[in-house]
Amino acid sequence: MLSWAIFLPTIGAALVMAVPRERTTLLRWLALLASFATLAVVVRLFFIFDPASAQMQFLERRAWVPALGIAYVVGVDGISLLLVCLTAMIFPVALLSSWGPIQDKVKEFAVAMLILETATVGTFLSVDLVLFYVFWEAVLIPMYFLIGIWGGSNRTYAAVKFILYTMAASVLMLVAIVALYLAAAPPGGRTFDLLVLQEAAIPLALARWLFAAFTLAFAVKVPVWPLHTWLPDAHVEAPTAGSVILAAILLKLGAYGFIRFSLGLFPEAAVAAAPSLLVLALVGIIYGGVVSWAQPDLKRLVAFSSVSHLGFVTLGIFAFTTEALQGALLQMVNHGISTGGLFLIVGVLYDRLHSRQMADYGGVAALMPRFAAIFVIVLLSSAALPATGGFVGEFLILLGVFRRHPAVAAVAVTGVVLSAIYLLWAYQRVMQGPLAAQHQERLVDVGARETLLFVPLILLIFWIGIYPSPLLRRSEASIRGVVERLERRAAEVRR
Amino acid sequence: MTLAVDLRIILPELIVAAAVIVVLVVDLLPRERGRRALVPLTIAGLAAAALAVLTLGERGAGFDGTYVRDGATVALQTIALLGAALAALLSQSYLRRWRLERGEYYALLLSACLGAMVMAAGADLIVLFLGLETLSIPLYVMAAFGRGNVRSQEAGMKYFLLGSFSTAFFLYGVALLYGAAGGTGLSALARAAAGGGAGVLLRAGVALLTIGLAFKAALVPFHAWAPDVYEGSPLPVTAYMSVIAKVGAFAAALRVFPGALAALGGQWTPLLSALAITTMILGNLVALAQRSMKRLLAYSSIAHAGYLLMGVAAGTPDGAWAMTFYLAVYLFMTLGAFAVVLLLERAGEEADAIEDYTGLGARAPWLAGAMAIFMASLAGMPPTAGFIGKFYLFNASLGAGQVAVAVVAALSTVVSVYYYLRVPYLMFSGTPRPGVAIVSAPGVRFTILAAAAAVLLLGILPGPLTDAVRTTATPRAEDRMRPIPGQPEIAKVKVTAAGEISLNGRPVTLEELKREFLRLKQVGGAVWYHRENPAEDPPPEAMAVIEAVAAAGLPIRLVEQDFE
Repeated sequence: MLSWAIFLPTIGAALVMAVPRERTTLLRWLALLASFATLAVVVRLFFIFDPASAQMQFLERRAWVPALGIAYVVGVDGISLLLVCLTAMIFPVALLSSWGPIQDKVKEFAVAMLILETATVGTFLSVDLVLFYVFWEAVLIPMYFLIGIWGGSNRTYAAVKFILYTMAASVLMLVAIVALYLAAAPPGGRTFDLLVLQEAAIPLALARWLFAAFTLAFAVKVPVWPLHTWLPDAHVEAPTAGSVILAAILLKLGAYGFIRFSLGLFPEAAVAAAPSLLVLALVGIIYGGVVSWAQPDLKRLVAFSSVSHLGFVTLGIFAFTTEALQGALLQMVNHGISTGGLFLIVGVLYDRLHSRQMADYGGVAALMPRFAAIFVIVLLSSAALPATGGFVGEFLILLGVFRRHPAVAAVAVTGVVLSAIYLLWAYQRVMQGPLAAQHQERLVDVGARETLLFVPLILLIFWIGIYPSPLLRRSEASIRGVVERLERRAAEVRR
Repeated sequence: MTLAVDLRIILPELIVAAAVIVVLVVDLLPRERGRRALVPLTIAGLAAAALAVLTLGERGAGFDGTYVRDGATVALQTIALLGAALAALLSQSYLRRWRLERGEYYALLLSACLGAMVMAAGADLIVLFLGLETLSIPLYVMAAFGRGNVRSQEAGMKYFLLGSFSTAFFLYGVALLYGAAGGTGLSALARAAAGGGAGVLLRAGVALLTIGLAFKAALVPFHAWAPDVYEGSPLPVTAYMSVIAKVGAFAAALRVFPGALAALGGQWTPLLSALAITTMILGNLVALAQRSMKRLLAYSSIAHAGYLLMGVAAGTPDGAWAMTFYLAVYLFMTLGAFAVVLLLERAGEEADAIEDYTGLGARAPWLAGAMAIFMASLAGMPPTAGFIGKFYLFNASLGAGQVAVAVVAALSTVVSVYYYLRVPYLMFSGTPRPGVAIVSAPGVRFTILAAAAAVLLLGILPGPLTDAVRTTATPRAEDRMRPIPGQPEIAKVKVTAAGEISLNGRPVTLEELKREFLRLKQVGGAVWYHRENPAEDPPPEAMAVIEAVAAAGLPIRLVEQDFE
């Protein structure tokens, strides 16, 4: 079942490759159908998932390189379930959003997107460290091409910066994976199986180094300040669909890695490093907010807002309370939906005037009323207004952090205020006031296809905002498991 | 030992040698008919030899212990034969286009392969030298095969002069080692290394030998010839050279270092690690600046020599099989990349500028896709074979405790991503350059297809080849040494300065030790040996222990630190 979720997009990509390149409509439909097929599998998974269990479910195990203990092991728990759902939901939206703007090399685009989907879903579901690394790295190649080929004017620079930055950090993780494999030496023979390695006793000095290597790789991806500099370039230059995937899913790979690997494999080292990561997260929250405020470019503003929002997620992860971790996970989903939505909104505007500068717009609400309504909802969710998903996530994080570090929570709240400021101000400059745009005839309201993009996002925003318990219930057991393990292992070290 | 047994041991070599003669004779037939048969004959010869290699399997040593057909021989000779066959497929259309097709070309190609095969099987320094020369001399001639082309002449001359120089180093090293060990056999060398420690003569000999091999493998700082020779030689020759010379050089390195000189690991490991590190760093950094595709691939092959050397420098069975695996992967991805270059032509010349690849994806999507696979694999990105190969090498390096080598290797791959991925990036974006044509060449197309399939398959399902090289490619200096399947049982033997012997921390007598060795022999174990005060002269008990290990035919590793 999980393998279907991972490889259905690859099958779709193979089919797409067989279709002649002139038949763009067929190509687009085929890619969309493949992503819907994945979504169908994942939705079924969501409903048959057992919320009471903290264990990996639907485990599939196949020998891969038995000589070295490398196996194809996939499984899902409450943490990865939500992120896989997010991924499967975002991809059809991103694919559909590209029907307008992407007219060139449609076939290659579809193949790259579908391979990217396989790689991201695979990253979330891998339980074997080598398999995880394979998917983790496989994400980079299609993304490199998405930015480099269909991106904006400075795409080459952005694509290269993206791949070098993220790869430099992740190869060290590969070295750490091998070092962990060699050092762990569990009784059943050497293995890359996460479930076995989690229980292995590693000397603390080594564990600290390995934790650093893993965490560096994830911190670049999240991105944690000051490792975020690849992000604005990549986001701004990527095509809309690419930005959506980057923001909604790729950044979550890093945060997911924190929870699953940094905390899961090296709890003692994680506890030791938590204070510094909390400080970096705080800096990121405020820095991201202030820099967003200063942006004249709407897409860059949204990009920097991710730095701030992912700062909250990092904060929630390294606070080590169940509420904060729940909130972090939920906030990862929310951020995927709302920031993905904001990038779609930027895309809608860009398709019309080919400008991302807010100064070129103004009073758009008058010409595009339906669009204005969508914009407000997505924006308020991003700014964490009650009744939207963003509120639940940030509230849980702040609650959980406050229980343990009240001062940190107090500083972090400024981030919420900042996000309200820069988002509302951006809305005001773009949508309200006198009509400033030239070529007003091009500012036609969103059509059926574009509206359709936002429908699932808005439904989810309200669903999570009003009734988040189906999500929380499914992730609770797993998250409790992570926190309990952390506390247990940290207590052992203290003793 | 009877003559018949000895000849069967070199059956594959005999087949290749026969193929050389057949090819030369057939070339004398009435022109067209003879020409057409050249490639099929060459490939048939190579295929027959490969069949012989695989059916013969492990046969032990022959020719008075100077020639050995063991697991490493099987694996490395198969790789050499495969490389030669693919290179023959790559050559034909190119040679026809440039009116260079002669029987000699294929005869030289086969001879070079023969040389690499001899190096893979040599258990004697003189045999290794013989292989080295049989490998090198045909390559000098092949480099100069573009007779009308000054660059090709220059390449041949340069390669010849510098190559002869390095061969002289190698030979001088052999002479010194003969003096140190009292024989040229690798087993004599192993005994000298394990027994008496490293004397000046032995060290100097090993150093000179290393220089000779490092030159052939194009390791920094002995790489200066490579870019010029690669650029000047005819393209298929460059492709062949970049693969076959490495097979030979690394096969010999495997025999000499982790094989014969296992006991001196502490001495050569830092040396080889340093060579690997400088090679990876320099090869990758200089490749960044290249604008010619041939030079790019030349520096890429230098960088890859560094990665391959990691496996040797690890000095463990894990390192040896990881290197063999990577050699197989390297063969496919490098020949594949060269094959793509061979398909392109600009204004009747080799399309050598990287910019010539711009926009090819729109015209030939499959070609561009294959190139993307080769480049991703060279850069070590999953899900290609290059990733798995590098992963195994990291595993070997870290397993041997060489963290610095693994970290440098990892970071240098990041550098390489920049220049490798630029090629497919250009292919999939931009508008095609005028004047760049895709030539028709069925042999080349087939090679691209086969290599791309192999790179993907080995990346996704590396299991079977891994098992194959793991069981076969354990280095053995002496025919007495047996491969170690899986994790060997280790007997930790320590001899104190006073001559007390202990086994796994427990004091034992020499007789007990000998009995334990016999048992260990049955289960395929190995000995780790540590002596107190290695700077002093060994007590007589130490020599007795070493002799007991040798008599039992157990692999031995000298450990510098005390086991506690």
